[in-house]
Amino acid sequence: MEYAEAQAGAVAGHEGGASTKAYFVVFGTLAVLTVIEVLIPTRLGFPKNVQIILLIFLALWKALLVALYYMHLRYEPKRLKWMVIAPLPLAVILVLAVLTEF
Amino acid sequence: MTTHAAALDRGGMDATEVGMGVYNMKLGMWVFLLSEVMFFTSLIGSYIILRAAHPDMFAQPGEVLNVPLTALNTFLLICSSVTMVLAFAAIERGDQAKLKAWLIGTALIGMSFLGVQVFEYIQLSGHGFVPSVEGYSAAGAPLYGTTFYTMTGFHGFHVFVGVLALWYLVIQAFRGKYTAANHGAVEITGLYWHFVDLVWIILFTIVYLI
Repeated sequence: MEYAEAQAGAVAGHEGGASTKAYFVVFGTLAVLTVIEVLIPTRLGFPKNVQIILLIFLALWKALLVALYYMHLRYEPKRLKWMVIAPLPLAVILVLAVLTEF
Repeated sequence: MTTHAAALDRGGMDATEVGMGVYNMKLGMWVFLLSEVMFFTSLIGSYIILRAAHPDMFAQPGEVLNVPLTALNTFLLICSSVTMVLAFAAIERGDQAKLKAWLIGTALIGMSFLGVQVFEYIQLSGHGFVPSVEGYSAAGAPLYGTTFYTMTGFHGFHVFVGVLALWYLVIQAFRGKYTAANHGAVEITGLYWHFVDLVWIILFTIVYLI
């Protein structure tokens, strides 16, 4: 049973990938988001805290697009997705825990 | 060959090796990339902590670092991600010619990224921005310089390794090693390459824009 599920998962990953059109849409989105990112600290006069929040949000959005579509995470079996997500909270804790020391 | 077998053979692996729903070589790459997440988190986390503790020792965006030049480099890396994923899509269809073309394109763009980074380093060091107090007069330069060169240097090293792997793929592609049923090496190298792009997206924001 386990093995059959694994096979089905692998096949889903193989056949359910993004289309070429989707790759270009993601590319366009990444390019536009990069331009906005550059404009935020150089041209747009937001307060520093707002800038930081916006820039981090845009960076995470871009990273997510790359992971989901170019790395095909969106089309991978659920258990692999969980494996990838698992260390991310640990990474955040690593930074926040030490940051509070200062 | 059944569809199942075709999917599982992509990495040249036997079907009995499947455990997580993907072939072992791909699972191995994901595990490696997750260890890389922790590696880069420690570098980026250290930078954030040092900067939060000593805000006066770090320059504001554009004061020292060349943002437009690096934005161009970011764009190059995004382009290379598209060409890489198109190479993968091509070999999934069994299109050998496009696989070779997109792989060569990706490797060349990767080399361009490294070229721009070397140019940036030469430019910055020419202005005295080096990771030592002797070479740069501004207060806090050692902290700013060492964190900058450590993070971007390690990332650049990852790009360099990726470029080597891409040229290896190109050679293998010209030898006809990859087919629609067996192209695991293209996929896992692609995973590595996209990860390098993903890390740069974060680095660009944290180091150059904030």
